[in-house]
Amino acid sequence: MQMTSQSTLAVEATGLVKSFGDTRAVDGVDLAVSRGSVYGVLGPNGAGKTTTIRMLATLIHPDGGSARVLGHDIVKEADAVRGAVSLTGQLASVDEDLTGRENLILLGRLLGLKRPAAKSRADELLEAFGLSDAAGRLVKNYSGGMRRRLDISASIVVTPQLMFLDEPTTGLDPRSRNQVWGIIRALVEGGTTILLCTQYLEEADQLADGIAVIDHGKVIAEGTPGQLKASVGSGALHVRLMDPEQRPEAEQVLGRELGSVILEADSAALSVGCSDADRAAEAVAELSRSGVRIADFSLGQPSLDEVFLALTGHTAEEDEAQKEQAA
Amino acid sequence: MSADPAAQAGTAPDADAAAVRKAIASTSRPPPAGALSAALTFGWRGMLKVKHVPEQLLDVTITPVMFVLMFTYLFGGAISGSTAEYLDYILPGILVMSVLFTTVYSGVALNTDLTKGVVDRFRSLPIWRPAPLLGSLLGDSARYLLAGTVIIVLGVILGYRPGAGVGGAVLALGLVVLFAFGLSWVFTTLGLLLRTPNAVMNARFMGIFPLTFLSNVFVDPDTLPSALEAFVNVNPISILATASRGLMEGNANVGDIAIVLAVAALLTAVFAPLTTRLYRTR
Repeated sequence: MQMTSQSTLAVEATGLVKSFGDTRAVDGVDLAVSRGSVYGVLGPNGAGKTTTIRMLATLIHPDGGSARVLGHDIVKEADAVRGAVSLTGQLASVDEDLTGRENLILLGRLLGLKRPAAKSRADELLEAFGLSDAAGRLVKNYSGGMRRRLDISASIVVTPQLMFLDEPTTGLDPRSRNQVWGIIRALVEGGTTILLCTQYLEEADQLADGIAVIDHGKVIAEGTPGQLKASVGSGALHVRLMDPEQRPEAEQVLGRELGSVILEADSAALSVGCSDADRAAEAVAELSRSGVRIADFSLGQPSLDEVFLALTGHTAEEDEAQKEQAA
Repeated sequence: MSADPAAQAGTAPDADAAAVRKAIASTSRPPPAGALSAALTFGWRGMLKVKHVPEQLLDVTITPVMFVLMFTYLFGGAISGSTAEYLDYILPGILVMSVLFTTVYSGVALNTDLTKGVVDRFRSLPIWRPAPLLGSLLGDSARYLLAGTVIIVLGVILGYRPGAGVGGAVLALGLVVLFAFGLSWVFTTLGLLLRTPNAVMNARFMGIFPLTFLSNVFVDPDTLPSALEAFVNVNPISILATASRGLMEGNANVGDIAIVLAVAALLTAVFAPLTTRLYRTR
């Protein structure tokens, strides 16, 4: 991380605070995002991700702390910030009562394109994002995946230096999600810096170069996906059995070979901490020899789910349920 | 890596990574739209919505027709002795009432817009801050013009003849629309302060509705109790109705017109910045 040189940072936030009533939605967030990277802000619903993004995009004023986006102060030089970023919000940031094409022409005109240029740019983007057939339909009749693609294309009508993406794949089916991921990768190759908020650990793992894990308005961990996983400890051997009844026996064998065993929610699955492939292979062989039938097994780094659990003491989903109860 | 046409056709509904990369590379950033251009673009947005849902125009077409017919034929005989005579008195009044009633929709539309994500995008654009608001009010003003035109044309069909001819009618319509533009800013402010579209509608019912009836729109204030008459005479809506009648007949009082313009300017000067501020910080 090149945190020392200000010019290489796309986002540099120090101690950002924002309260709503008695709730401190954001409670002292520091971020350092390098230019040209994808930076993931990872956390459950209500952790303060969206509020952080809205402050950085100049939609709301911070109560405390400061931030520079592409070198411009988000409060004093808000106009300059808006001139260089684009925002794809959590709710689709397009006008549902217009057609896809009209949405893109509207934004092109507002961003300074002449009418013919705005029209041809709209058509170019619709083509590139696979929306040509739906160009003349009202956005309210779009599927979730189409709406999201339009939303992202609306953010690059003129190419921003920095793009805020707030939960771009929430609610999408796996195919649409993969399309959106492909678009994000293409954007980064094109040189756009992306600040990505997500509650999906896999998404941050797939896309982000750096990740800040955020919980209750605070950054609780920061680093590359690899560093975060390493900080939790070694990898794990995951085993699934053909017959759940054999799990006690498998637990005993693996415990003897490798140490303390975690029984997973799936009654046929169990895992055990291990980063040595040879020892893992030996343990699997030992299971076979003792007559335990194995459906499949894998040796991997811990998932970000496990990272989150290790960092916060609870999983992202549990926390979400708590927030919903509180709300 | 250019995708070959056949493969592209096969994956038509999907985003094509190569095309996306090309689309990203092919723009340079122009200076953003100027204040007026941005406002007009938002006005265009309003027009597009009418194009997609023409039913939105019912409130500015059917409702005024109902008002003209109901008031003329229901009250005409009782108030003025004949419907023809009452039509001469009430048509400019109905024009004022119908257009002012319509101003509430500026607030309702803004309140509805706020529940959608698109407002965040507008607010994150490098454009003149009041442009989205001014633009939608320009679009609304086109609706006011339509409502007013419907009323005047219907009046002419029913036998109303403005003394100052088409020119007088156009001037009266222009004055009413200008005043409505100023009043719309009150409703956009309410649209940002109140929680639901219904609450904004209620504000009309409690504000504009009584103010319109407690004016000279329907009856000559001479017939009223003196305290009420005093109020009616200083009610800006009375002054607007009087000025509109004067313009239509060609005997308008310049003082009345000046007061109407001043009130419209005052409402705009107070509530336009307030709306812009609320829109920015909400």
